[in-house]
Amino acid sequence: MKTSYSEKVHTWGRIWCSLAIIMLMLFPAAASIYYSAWPDGAALIKGLMGVVPIFWTVGAIEAFTYSPMLGSGGSYLGFVTGNIANLKLPCALNAMEIAGVKPGTEEGELISTISIAVSSIVTTLIIIAGVLLLSRLQPILESELLAPAFANILPALFGALAVVFISKNWKIALIPLLFMLVLFIAVPSLAGSVSVLVPVGAIIAIAAARVLYQRGYL
Amino acid sequence: MQNIEYIFTCFTLKTLKDGIYLREFNLNSAFLFITAGVIVLFVLAQSIFFLRQSWLRAKELGIEAQVLRRVVRSSLAFSIAPSIAIILGVITLSRFLGLPLPWLRLSVLGALTYELPAATSAAAALGVPVSEGVTDPKTYSTIAWVMTLGIMSGLIIVTLFLKKIQGGIQSLKKRDTRWGEIFLTALFMGMISAFLGMIFADITAGLRGWIPVFVMIISSLLMLICGFFVKVLKVKWMEDYALPISMLGAMALSIPITRLLG
Repeated sequence: MKTSYSEKVHTWGRIWCSLAIIMLMLFPAAASIYYSAWPDGAALIKGLMGVVPIFWTVGAIEAFTYSPMLGSGGSYLGFVTGNIANLKLPCALNAMEIAGVKPGTEEGELISTISIAVSSIVTTLIIIAGVLLLSRLQPILESELLAPAFANILPALFGALAVVFISKNWKIALIPLLFMLVLFIAVPSLAGSVSVLVPVGAIIAIAAARVLYQRGYL
Repeated sequence: MQNIEYIFTCFTLKTLKDGIYLREFNLNSAFLFITAGVIVLFVLAQSIFFLRQSWLRAKELGIEAQVLRRVVRSSLAFSIAPSIAIILGVITLSRFLGLPLPWLRLSVLGALTYELPAATSAAAALGVPVSEGVTDPKTYSTIAWVMTLGIMSGLIIVTLFLKKIQGGIQSLKKRDTRWGEIFLTALFMGMISAFLGMIFADITAGLRGWIPVFVMIISSLLMLICGFFVKVLKVKWMEDYALPISMLGAMALSIPITRLLG
């Protein structure tokens, strides 16, 4: 990757993300000032204690697991706009597959960024439309008829994704896949903590791939 | 349209309380809507900025405009269904927190899987029920702060350390290009494995627990059918839409499957 563009992306990314962090704080700060209602220190700490230990760990793990796949521009954007595992990352991987480029190359980086940017814009606009038209959409979206469709969005996404990517890399996928199948069937309650298990799967996959690679199977 | 009326009619109602002017608290006040809107616009601007820069650079590198347009089309089509699912998340949280805060949290940074537990945890700490709208501004601001500060580590780490992480990946690739590629593929396989495993979590609970598995299989089959159309019958346009077609098809078929087995 040429230094100049990659350097520029990091500079832009750091500026935009620093501003985004400030902007995000703006909402609670503005609400507190406007309504003269700053939180009590004790209540705030108590609330944070219930969230921070888990979510700061998950966030940190996500940063290290997802950013190599998303590329630099994609990460600076994806970590601001969110919904990475269920939207941005599959979108970027699908785009790289269509364009015939690989993650970790400059071409991959660009296609990933374009795809995440488009996805973010579409999502933002659809949610704005959703908020504006909420009273009309709510009965449709919450209808009993559509409930199973939304309940099954992740299986519908990952089934299609798995066919494409696992068929190409089944040797690498086999061991982490078997491990996860056994784990989730044995402990169904883990379904709620899937984001914690993504890095576990990644570490198993990397370890298995390393062994296969060293023995010349890959 | 009701919501737009809300925005314009709720502006700054004031009441005199204990000698201090306090604004009457409203979960859906125009002030909260406008504040959230400004932040959402900022994020939209960031997306447009990165889109433009990467597009220009891609052209500089000689990536064909046609390829870029295909990337845009497929990303656009793919993002629609998950975005509608996010609106459902906004609705779920809006009963408790009104519209502006869930709108902001789910447009920026968050996902329902994080925001709902964060809001619930903050509510539990304050001893308020999540089943009804928050009425006390102090409770609201506490929850808003917890949701904001509680879900920020990923963004902070990316801002501070992404350059180092990417540097590490690049040096890994420099040392051994093939292993560098396998490493990235393995990361991704680990992620897919975790999500595929999750789909099987409820199979011991009887036939109903198999519904997600059947939906996954149907989605895979639809993807294979799309592949057949693209590769054998040379229906080229379908390649860009294979993922959204499979996903939406499987979601639609999950309705009769659930009726049959649920």
